[in-house]
Parts: sequence; structure tokens; C-alpha cells
Amino acid sequence: MSTAELTGQYYDLHEHDHPEGGSTMLGFWLYLMSDCLIFGMLFATFGVLGGNYAGGPGPKALFDLPLVAVNTAMLLFSSITYGFAMIAMQNGKKNAVLLWLAVTGLFGATFLGIELYEFNHLIHEGAGPQRSAFLSAFFTLVGTHGLHVTFGTIWLVTLMVQLAKHGLTAANQRRVMCLSMFWHFLDVVWIGVFTFVYLMGVLR
Amino acid sequence: MSYRACCMCTLRAGVMQPSPITPLRRVARYGAIASLFALTACNPVVLHPAGDIAQQQAHLVVVATVLMLLIIVPVMALTVLFAWRYRAGNQDATYDPEWHHSTQLELVIWSAPLLIIIALGSVTWVGTHMLDPFRPLDRIAEGKPIPAGTKPLDIQVVALDWKWLFIYPEQKIATVNELALPVDRPVTFHITSSTVMNSFYVPALAGQIYAMPGMTSKLHAVLNKEGEYTGFSANYSGSGFSQMRFKTLGLNAADFDKWADGVRSSKGGTLDTANYMQLEQPTVADPVRRYAAVSADLFDKIVNLCVRPGKMCLSEMMAIDAKGGLGKEGAYNVAALTYDKYGRESVNPLIAGRDLPRDGRSRAYVRELCAVPTLLQAPAPAKGKLTMAAPVRPTPLS
Amino acid sequence: MISTHQNWTPLLGRLGLDAIPHEPIVIGTFVMVCLGGLALVAALTYFKLWGYLWKEWFTSVDHKKIGIMYMVLGLVMFLRGFADAIMIRSQQVLGFNGSDGYLNSHHFDQVFTAHGVIMIFFVAMPFVTGLMNYIVPLQIGARDVSFPFLNNFSFWMTVGGAVLVMASLFIGEFARTGWLAYPPLSGLAYSPDVGVDYYIWSLQVAGVGTTLSGVNLIATIIKLRAPGMTLMRMPVFTWTALITNVLIVISFPVLTVVLALLGLDRTFHTNFFTNDFGGSAMLYVNLIWIWGHPEVYILVLPIFGVFSEVVSTFCSKRLFGYSSMVYATVVIGILSYIVWLHHFFTMGSGASVNSFFGITTMVISIPTGAKMFNWLFTMYRGRIRYELPMMWTVAFMLTFVIGGMTGVMMAVPPADFVLHNSVFLIAHFHNVIIGGVVFGVFAAINYWWPKAFGYKLNEFWGKVSFWCWVVGFWVAFTPLYILGLMGVTRRMRVFDDPSLQIWYGIAFLGALLIAAGIGAMLVQFAVSIWKREEYKDESGDLWNGRTLEWATSSPPPEYNFAFTPKIHDLDAWADIKKKGVARPVDGFRPILMPRSTWAGIVLAGIATVCGFALIWQIWWLAVAALVGLVLTAIVHTFNYDRTFHIPAEHIAEVEAARTAQLAALNKGADA
Repeated sequence: MSTAELTGQYYDLHEHDHPEGGSTMLGFWLYLMSDCLIFGMLFATFGVLGGNYAGGPGPKALFDLPLVAVNTAMLLFSSITYGFAMIAMQNGKKNAVLLWLAVTGLFGATFLGIELYEFNHLIHEGAGPQRSAFLSAFFTLVGTHGLHVTFGTIWLVTLMVQLAKHGLTAANQRRVMCLSMFWHFLDVVWIGVFTFVYLMGVLR
Repeated sequence: MSYRACCMCTLRAGVMQPSPITPLRRVARYGAIASLFALTACNPVVLHPAGDIAQQQAHLVVVATVLMLLIIVPVMALTVLFAWRYRAGNQDATYDPEWHHSTQLELVIWSAPLLIIIALGSVTWVGTHMLDPFRPLDRIAEGKPIPAGTKPLDIQVVALDWKWLFIYPEQKIATVNELALPVDRPVTFHITSSTVMNSFYVPALAGQIYAMPGMTSKLHAVLNKEGEYTGFSANYSGSGFSQMRFKTLGLNAADFDKWADGVRSSKGGTLDTANYMQLEQPTVADPVRRYAAVSADLFDKIVNLCVRPGKMCLSEMMAIDAKGGLGKEGAYNVAALTYDKYGRESVNPLIAGRDLPRDGRSRAYVRELCAVPTLLQAPAPAKGKLTMAAPVRPTPLS
Repeated sequence: MISTHQNWTPLLGRLGLDAIPHEPIVIGTFVMVCLGGLALVAALTYFKLWGYLWKEWFTSVDHKKIGIMYMVLGLVMFLRGFADAIMIRSQQVLGFNGSDGYLNSHHFDQVFTAHGVIMIFFVAMPFVTGLMNYIVPLQIGARDVSFPFLNNFSFWMTVGGAVLVMASLFIGEFARTGWLAYPPLSGLAYSPDVGVDYYIWSLQVAGVGTTLSGVNLIATIIKLRAPGMTLMRMPVFTWTALITNVLIVISFPVLTVVLALLGLDRTFHTNFFTNDFGGSAMLYVNLIWIWGHPEVYILVLPIFGVFSEVVSTFCSKRLFGYSSMVYATVVIGILSYIVWLHHFFTMGSGASVNSFFGITTMVISIPTGAKMFNWLFTMYRGRIRYELPMMWTVAFMLTFVIGGMTGVMMAVPPADFVLHNSVFLIAHFHNVIIGGVVFGVFAAINYWWPKAFGYKLNEFWGKVSFWCWVVGFWVAFTPLYILGLMGVTRRMRVFDDPSLQIWYGIAFLGALLIAAGIGAMLVQFAVSIWKREEYKDESGDLWNGRTLEWATSSPPPEYNFAFTPKIHDLDAWADIKKKGVARPVDGFRPILMPRSTWAGIVLAGIATVCGFALIWQIWWLAVAALVGLVLTAIVHTFNYDRTFHIPAEHIAEVEAARTAQLAALNKGADA
């Protein structure tokens, strides 16, 4: 074997640029898993402290299930509409993407509005996060989810501006994908919250 | 230098021995100790305790060490040997740069430690169950079963800021920073704390166990030798932690009764709610106190954080919670539940001691705050009656 | 809003004149730091270095520069942490015979808390992260990490945490709770001052950085390996780095949560860990150790990787049992999640629970033992060159096994009942952390310094440092083992038993020896930098290395490799050398590289301000900082222009210089 051939065997002499963002999806997944662990710990905390009402009100007295059901529907719808945005992106239709993202954002905002109303109502009844370990755990778990939705919504608005400005470039598509994962992830977490905190709480 | 220090520590151990010791025997003993020292360098209390439980624990320390040495010594020897033999300067040693695998060796290096761990693991499983602090004793010492009809002595232990309270329900007395134990009689400690986590530890008697507020832990132990020992908190608990120590007296049955009578006839008064509230205030290096009598339900109230009148006991709160809470009407029922959340209501800001005022001062801020928030005023009356019912004893994760 | 402080004002929150420390020692330190800081700023301004630092270092996304900055951070914080250690040692010598020593409890309790926090989070972590940052991309034949901007941001977040810890020295106070801040002691009722808030927020800010850097390095190792480098051809250091970062990503969020909950308890009066209203302190203890135990392995696994590299290099021999080394690493990683309860056997769990966790703990010693044997058999039939890294390695092997032994002793729950929280425990974990992590970091510094800077470290001072450290370690910690067996507990400030003093005296002497070791190390660095021409290494492969970082020049060019190597075997560089593969000298192509960015340092700066505002409850500032943080992040996302091409001509130039350098070297060798 000639020296040049050997060198060619051991060095990539015809290397092309690695496309930017090749690790983004994996990296984002890893981040989501670490976030998932945050929720896991908050669920565990709720599991440990969820029965400690400290002589105060429990889930049965506090939770307004129909309202929460409406709220859950908002988030589920928002996931579906995000799905439509993804389909539109596959088809390269920028305006449709923007439209569906806007609808998603509206659902998200409604979800947040209802959640804030619920929190406000609870606090006014004296059942704020300071009242008992159960309520501390409840507000923190649900509130952390709400904070995530808030940041998701801010991100969504930012992304819409960027899409409007730069169109469906590779970088923007990647961002839409990441937000999509984030959004659906929050949906999954919420299903856990709805089941574990609200439904099982009322059954408790 | 180290020899002298060791001597001092055994001298102490010597002093702890039962009297009387004739001068001649003393000389003989010190000679023996001195020669022992030349061999072993020291006589640490953890390895030579005076209680059966601690003795067995010390034994496990030794067993674990020996089992580990079985592998540690060869490894260290081989390290030194290989490090020397295969030094670059030694051209006589075999050099085999490609040798990097040997199935037999791999088998050995995984299975040898495994075997040792299997041995140590079984010792651990048995030992942990036998020496579980929650498990009642089944012997007084090796080959010395508990005589029929012996009732263990109950002692209630409370870790306070920064001192120890011992309540003897059988003798109906209480002491602070002095623990007296009858030799060869099993003792059951019920341990709690009034504020933060501490750890109840008398090395000569038995291993430690955490003292935590709002719950009790248990320790079954027995002391086998008369003498004076030291106990302390083994878990850092704040400013006065270093001086949170108490004398532990190992007394024979007659002396113990005499001691209890002495406490009973002391002028210490009764440890009732009011006195306890006073005692509970943070102090550093508190002297020994003796109370001639003690309220029968005091310990239960301490455990349930309801010594202060008007507080709901944890046991009651937990019973209410188990039934699903008090509903929305219970939401404002907080004053009766507040123990230390907004700063201890009973904490006196003026504590003697060099750096304590700062601590006390800052606590005082918090205390003032607790009068302010609307949270603490109770617009809706509590449904539950404020009683001091007999508490259930929450024990930690078991 | 809510504040527990009597003197809370809207403008400054809890911050007031009383936040300035009163202790003369602290004031003295403060003055020294101010003068030193001023001198540094003046010097940097005088020599017009600000622009250079900003452009070439602070905003750089080059993994090599970030790695070096991590090491500098670790070193600076190490000096602070060690100052705390000396204070603890001297107080414990003096606090006898009724003397109160020279530190009151308010000060002493902060000192031991700060010592633990700093040494773990701001010394060991930056050292380990710095090593991984510098070495991993080089070892896998990559040009940078997967997310270079994130890397810069992570570093500055770690700095932000360190800044908050240092600020607590002069503004307010640090926690007086021990390094894990168990409630209820760390709760508002018993620690109403800002100390615990400093603790919480410094770790939160740094923790974000650590988690993101974990994500980054995992993605890098998974995605950016050179063609042909299968998982089982990765260098052992990279393997340990991979497992370490997996541990980081699945343990640091737990710390984030538990500290957030403690912070909520303290700031918003929730009831997670309070005595009141149904809180549970035991939950905190469990949660923090679910993070805490894997953390131990986060520190030590990469160091195991370092030793593996060093041993095979200096024995001039392939590593014995590569695959068993890899499996051992993975097994340790998994097991590290099912042992956390051994940190509190004494909390009163049942015997079966205790023995389960005790036995799982012992089981970890099996893969760890296998590693030890693998190093041992790598030495067997080797040709061991006793350069400094190898000396540290042998010292590690002899020291670490003792620490391992005492660790297994305490894994037996009944034995732990008598040794828990004693100074025996202190001796044990210093035995594994100093004997393992610190020795390993020094081995790594001596090993890779020539790679990073192109010249070797001075050997004489390195040896002085080595002997001072190794002897000093044993003199300092053997007495603690003995004291532990005498039933002495940790965190004691004053003692009533005079017979203990002699042991603390010996331990103090040991600490002085270690101080001499640190001094010698600083001299070693200074002398080496001074005489860098003399110690120059032009080969780029000073130790006859086996892995890819030695395939490039020292220091490596910013693109690391002009052509990405293709991997055919383990120890890729040894393979290339053995096959006599010629280095490609022409046909260079432009290389795509990430651009420097201001965003990392600015975002981390705002986050640090936000942390400071939350500590002092300056609400307007906290809100402003949070909004600023979000806005800055958004502005940064509008920057799409994050890469650039290094032109082929430039690469050709650099590589031609390198070719000439190697040719000159070969000629010299032939002559």
C-alpha cells in the first residue's frame, strides 16, 4: 500500500462540513429527559406529602374537576393544533404554520388563564401554598408545569416572529421541531398531573 | 507524642473502671495498659465499649476490616511489587506491550471481590437485623440471657437547643445533661427532638440514632460496666452543638435507685409545661439539672409539638388528615398548628454567649413577623377541638 | 411581598449596612481581596489586556479555552476552600481546655459549610468538567463540542455560582448548616439569615451550568466521534466522561428540585420540609442524597479515566482489560443510584431497608476493585516511566484502596451506627476524594499541561509538591481515623477532652504539609511558565501517548485536526504510529467553526444578579433580571450567523508550520 493510500485510510481527506445542528435533536431530548426528572421529583414529592392537609382542606374540598377537565382539553387541543403546524411545515406552507402556531398559542394562553384563575380562587379561599404540605406540593407541581407552558408560549411567539422574518429555513425548522417536542412533553406531563393529582386526589 | 496521648485516653478509661482498685492492682493495670499500648497504640472507646450492643457493633467493624484486608493487602503488596519490578530502569523484567487480556485473570479479579462481598453481605444482613435499634434485646451480654421477668427501663430522650432532656417515666423524674443507667438492665430509649435534627450517641453504650422533631426513634441497649461515660449529639444542630454533651453514669441497681431517690428529693421542682417552655429556650453548655417530678404526658406532647397550650397535637392533625382534612372551613385553622414555622414563639432573643445574640436577634425578627400576617389570625374557628389526646407515635420510615 | 427581615426596604430588600461582616478575620480578608482585586484590574488595564481577554477567552466558544478557564476557576476556588480547611484545623487545635479558640460558632459554622460546598461544587466539579471539556473532543477526533455556545454559557454559570459564594464572605454571611443544609436547621425558623439563601442560589446558578454541560458532552460523545470510532473503541477517559455526564443529567435535576423546594420554604413560606403543617425533613434528606451519591461518582469516574490513560501511557503498554474497565464504569454508574440511603442508616429505616442499601453499597466495590486490578495488570510486564503523572497514579492506588476499605466498613449498617458523622467518616471521604479526585486532577494537570500549552511542567517542584501532598495527606487524616474510633464527632468547635488535642495537633501539621504541597505546586506552575522555552515540547506527543489528543500539535490549533482521523483500533494514535501512517500535508479544505459570542457571559451575569436579588429579596431587581434574562436569550436566538469557515489557505499555513516543526524535530533526532 502506498503512503498516500495509507494516509487516506487513516484520515478523512474529503471531509465535508458537518451540517449545523446535527446534534440538536439529541441534545434537546437529553434536556427534556432532565426536565422530566424535575417533574418526576415533584411528582414524588407530591406523592409523599399529598396526604398532609395539616387539618386543612383536601383535594375533595378544593378541586373543581369540570374546570380542570376544560383546562386539560385546552392543552390537548393545543397539542393537536401543533401537530397541524408540523404537517404544514412538512408541506412547506409558511402561513399555515404561522396560523396553526397562533391557534396553539391561544390554547396555551387559555390554559394558563384558567390555571391562574384556579390558583387565585384557591388562595382566596385560604388554601394557598403556605396552608399545608399538600398544598405546597400541589402548587409547586402544577405551577412548575404552568411556568413551562408560559416559557413555551413566549418561545412560540418568538418563533413566529422568526418564521415570519426568515421563513422555513433549516434552522427555523429545527426550532419548530424542538418546540414541538417541548410542547408535547408538557402535554404528557399534564396528563400525569390530571390523573395523579386531580383525579386520584378526588378519589383519595 | 502519640504514645502520651494514648496513655491519657486509657487513663481515662482506667478511671472509668469500677472501684475499688488497690494501689497494687492499679500499678499492675497501668503496666498492662502501657504494654498493650506499645502494641495497639490506642484504646478507642468505639472498639472497646461498655455496652453489649456497642460491643457487637465494634465486632462488626473489626470483621468488616479483616474481610476487606483480605483483598486490600494483596492489592497494595502487588502495587508496590509491580511498581518496583516493572520500572523502566529494570531492563531484566519482561516487557510485553501487547498483553492486555486474560480471561482467567478477569475471572479472578471479578470473583475474588465478589466472594468477599458475599461473605460481608451475609454478615451485614444478619448483623443489621440483630442490631436493629428498634429490636428489643434478647441478651444482656454474650452468654448472659435476660433474667425472666426483667422489664426494660424506659427512658424518654429529648434533644433540645443545645442540651439533652431525659425523662424517666418509671421513676417519674427528669434530668438535663445527665443520663444514669442501671448496669445490666435493658434500656429502651424513646428519642425525639424539639427543634432540629440531632443524633443521640453514647459511644460506650450503643450506636447512634437520629433525634427528629415530631416523631420518635427507638434504641434498645444495655450497659454492662459501671463507670462514667460521655454522650453527645452526633449531628450538627447549630451554634451550641459542640457543647451539647452529657454525662452518662453506669450504676449498679442499688446505686441507680439511690440516684433516682436523690433526684426525686432534689429541689429541682416539677418539669411541667411552664418549666419545659422555660427549659426549651436555647442555651449553650447548660449545667446538669434534676427535676423531682415530671408531668406524665409531657413527652407525648413534646413529640406531638403541642406542649404550648392552644396547640393542636400532631397526632390529632394526622388523624384529621387521614379522614380527608377539615374541608374549606379548616383553611384558616392555622394558629393552633404553628409550631416553629415563623420562628419559635418561645425563643428568647437574649441568650447568654458570645455570638448568640446575633442568632437570637434574627430569630426575633421572625417572631415579630408572626404577629403580622393575616394568615395567622384565624377568622374561621377550627372544627377540631384542641385537645392533648394520646398521640400515635410516628416513627421514621420503617 | 414577603420578607422575613425587619429592616426590609423596597429598594435594597434585606440588604443593609448590617450585612457588612464584623469579624476581624473577614474584614482583613475583605481588605486583602479588595487590594488584590484592584491591583489585578489595574494591571489588566495597564497592559491593555481587557480586550484580549474578552475576545480570546471570555466570549470564546473553543472547548479548549473553556476547559482551561474551568481549571483556572477550580484552582482559584481551591485556594479559598483550602483556606477554610486550615481555619477548621487550627480552630480544632485551639478549642481545648476551656479555650474558645479564635473562631466563634457564627464564623466557624460558616467556615466548615463553605469548605464542603466550595470543595465539591467549585473545585472538584470545575476541575473534572474542565478536563472533560478539554480532552474529550480531542480524544474523539472532534473539532468542538456539540453546542459550543451552551458550553460557554455553562462555564459562566458555574462562575456565577462561585461569585455568589465568594460574595457571601463580604456581603452578609454563608450558611451555617453543613454542606448539605439539612432542614429543619436550614429552614427559615432556624436559619433566618441570608446564609442558606446564598447556598441555595449559588448552587442553583452553578447547577444549571453543570446540567447543560452534561447534556452537551453526552451529545458530543454520541454524535461527534471520528468515523470508525465505535463505542468500544473510545478511549477509557471518554467512556468515563460519557457515564459521568449521564449521571450529571439524571442527578442534577434532583438537586435543582430539592434546593428549589427549600428556597420556596424559605422565601414563600411553603411547607415541604418544615416541622409545621405536614412538612417532612426526611424527604429532603432522601432527595438530596439521591443527587448526592451519584455526585460522588460524577467526581471520581472521570478521574478513573485519567488514571487509565496515564497508566497505559507510562507503562508503554495497552490497558489491561479494556472491556471490563468499560463495563465496570457502566455498572458503577447504575449502582450509584441505589445506594443513597447509606448516608443515613441512622435515620431509623427498618433493618431490611438498611441492609439492602448496605449490600448494594458493598457491591459497588466489586467493579471498583476490578478497575484497581486492571491498572495493576497494566503495570504488570510494562516499562513504567516514573514521570509525575505516574507517581500520582501509584500514590492514588495505594491511598484509594484504604479509603475504599473504610467506605465498605461504613456500608455495614451496625458499624455505621458507631462511625456515622464521626471524624472517621471525615477521614474516609477525604481519603477517597483527596486520594482519588485530587491526586487524579494533579496527575491530569501534569499529564495534559504540555498538550494545552506546549511545554512541560517543572519536575523538581512537582516532586516537592507530590511528596508534601502524599505525606501531608496521611499525617492530616490518620489522626482523624483514630479520633473517629475514639468516638469523636464531626463539626466540633471546642472540646472538653484534653486527650484529643494531640491528635488534632498532628492533623494540623498534616494540613501545613499539604499547604506546602499547594505552595510548591504554585511555584511549579510559575517556574514552568517562566522557563517555558526551556521546557518546550514541539513534538505534540511528549509522553508517547496512545490516544488522539497526542496526534495534533501542542497546543492544538483551534480546529484541532486539519483532517478528521479515521479510527481502526482502540488507542487510535498508537495504531497510527505503529502503522507508520504519514501525516497528510496538502489538500486542505476550509473548516466550519463556531463563532465567539457575548451571549454566554452576559446571560450568566444577569442570572447571577438575579440570584443575588433573590438572596436579598430585592424583588424589583429580581424581576428586572428575570425579564432581562428572557429578553437577552430571545435577542440571542435572532442571531442566525453562528459559524464561519476557516479558509483553507490559513489551515495550509498553520499545517505547513507544523510540518516544518516536525521535520526540524526529526532532523534533530536523527542527528
